[in-house]
Amino acid sequence: MVSAVLAARVSPARVGAVVGRNVGALRSGPAYWLVLASGFFEPVLYLLSIGVGVGALVGELRLADGRVVEYAVFVAPAMLAVSAMSGALSETTFNFFFKMKYAKTFEAILATPVRPLEVALGELAWAMTRSAVYTGAFLVVMVAMGLTRVGWALAVFPAALLVGLAFGAVGMAVSTLMRGWQDFDLVTTGQFALFLFSGTFSPVGDYPPVLRVVVEATPLFHSVELVRGLAAGLPGWGLLGHAGYLLAMTAAGLWVAARRLERALCR
Amino acid sequence: MSEQPLIRARGLVKRFGDFTAVDGIDLEVAPGEAFGFLGPNGAGKSSTMRMIGCVSMPTSGELRILGMDPARDGARIRGRLGVCPQLDNLDPDLSVRENLTTYARYFGMSRARARARAEELLDFVQLRDRAASRVEPLSGGMKRRLTIARAMVNDPDLVLLDEPTTGLDPQARHLLWERLFRLRQRGTTLVLTTHYMDEAEQLCDRLVVMDGGRIVAEGSPRSLIGTYCTPEVVELRFPDGVDPAGGLEGIGRVDPLPDRVLLYTGDGDAAVAEVHRRGLVPSSVLVRRSSLEDVFLKLTGRTLVD
Ligand SMILES: Nc1ncnc2c1ncn2[C@@H]1O[C@H](COP(=O)(O)OP(=O)(O)OP(=O)(O)O)[C@@H](O)[C@H]1O
Ligand SMILES: [Mg+2]
Repeated sequence: MVSAVLAARVSPARVGAVVGRNVGALRSGPAYWLVLASGFFEPVLYLLSIGVGVGALVGELRLADGRVVEYAVFVAPAMLAVSAMSGALSETTFNFFFKMKYAKTFEAILATPVRPLEVALGELAWAMTRSAVYTGAFLVVMVAMGLTRVGWALAVFPAALLVGLAFGAVGMAVSTLMRGWQDFDLVTTGQFALFLFSGTFSPVGDYPPVLRVVVEATPLFHSVELVRGLAAGLPGWGLLGHAGYLLAMTAAGLWVAARRLERALCR
Repeated sequence: MSEQPLIRARGLVKRFGDFTAVDGIDLEVAPGEAFGFLGPNGAGKSSTMRMIGCVSMPTSGELRILGMDPARDGARIRGRLGVCPQLDNLDPDLSVRENLTTYARYFGMSRARARARAEELLDFVQLRDRAASRVEPLSGGMKRRLTIARAMVNDPDLVLLDEPTTGLDPQARHLLWERLFRLRQRGTTLVLTTHYMDEAEQLCDRLVVMDGGRIVAEGSPRSLIGTYCTPEVVELRFPDGVDPAGGLEGIGRVDPLPDRVLLYTGDGDAAVAEVHRRGLVPSSVLVRRSSLEDVFLKLTGRTLVD
């Protein structure tokens, strides 16, 4: 039913045109490429400093199935999820907000046949592309460091895409609610809190019960669980639950973003 | 009107909160027509243009564009419109040429077609030598020309121009007028808003004067002048401290402005003679044909460019 409505209204060509606009903007100078590169190195640096460095102090860790692994093997999938998250978020928060509020990019687009939902889908597809480049490169690093097997890396990749999709959609929705740049401090803080407390650096099972309940409700936790399960070669039905959570997040984010875009720009 | 109108509005209203920006206007624009909105700042011209452009939904009233309903067929209508908004919203991340090709893609044009169209339009608005430049370093007039070129990219049936020449130097304005005139000759319907009377007289077959969200007059530039004005106007300036208002009574309709007095009359020279016969000594005298500016002043009590 929902997909029927979508199919009738969404034109892939117009969504593609919105993505194409962003590809064109890539040529606008070296600044963007620098930002792009720094976004990739951040999680790699965490992997090296904490996964490998702190890992030397921590030693080994017991996984859910009882297997004992190096600490870096435990941290790496989390950093992959973080990299997918921040890749998508940097595109759909700062860049999206700028295009919406200051550059009037979306205002210009909405005077054409392109609809708000198509703008949102195009922007999301673009954010996913950035997220995919990060996660692809990170997976290469992981395989090279012997932190996962090639076969499982191929299974992890689509899961990481889903993580990017979910965070991209929600990031966009949040951006449409922002009043100004100062509100982005909240986003940055929130993102950092998720980064620290989503079972990224220690198993959630070791958290105090109250914190554990809170963490299990947040999106990066589900992302980390999904990615870690696949990277460690432990597929299970539980992973579907995490994927479902991320899909629901995508749909909700898209819906809010499209509606808010229309509200803000088509008054 | 035998042909179906391109734009038809009945009792069109736009409210923002409890503020009424457009207060029940009726409009009809026929294919091939050049139609203008005049009105002081805040009259509701842009609000009306945005509703016609299907980016803003009417609060109430009936609106049909190209025979379709904006609420249901907004995307289809927008596909056949060209829009030049009051404030330029060119894409700062793209070059001049890419601004055109990218915009063409939003209309579903193929890459090859978009490129070809961009080249035509670069010539049309004389921006070929800046094609590879980014938008930001362009002058205001160049940006405006690019915005208008962008509005033509889909070969629209109806072009909406919100103050197309505001802020342009006379040369750039004349270039734009000439371009718009060519569009008209090709049968494109134009709807524009302007604060320039000469622009309205040059470009529009028919216009409406808006004030406070309502239409206060409608007609061709000539007929508006005929209805609301006398054929000639005498502009008199008096030395400081001289208040001639009483002495002018009976010569024609007298409109005292802060810096001069306007006398509306059928025969300017006779009126000037009468002024002198009464012993009044203006420091300067100008007899001219009346213009839309005078109509505007009469209807809204304000000059257009203040
Ligand atoms: N999005 C909005 N929210 C609230 N008020 C608005 C909005 N857009 C326009 N208005 C108000 O509606 C009125 C009409 O505005 P509009 O832009 O249509 O005037 P205009 O005739 O185009 O004036 P100008 O000659 O200055 O461009 C103004 O008082 C304006 O403040
Ligand atoms: Mg306006």
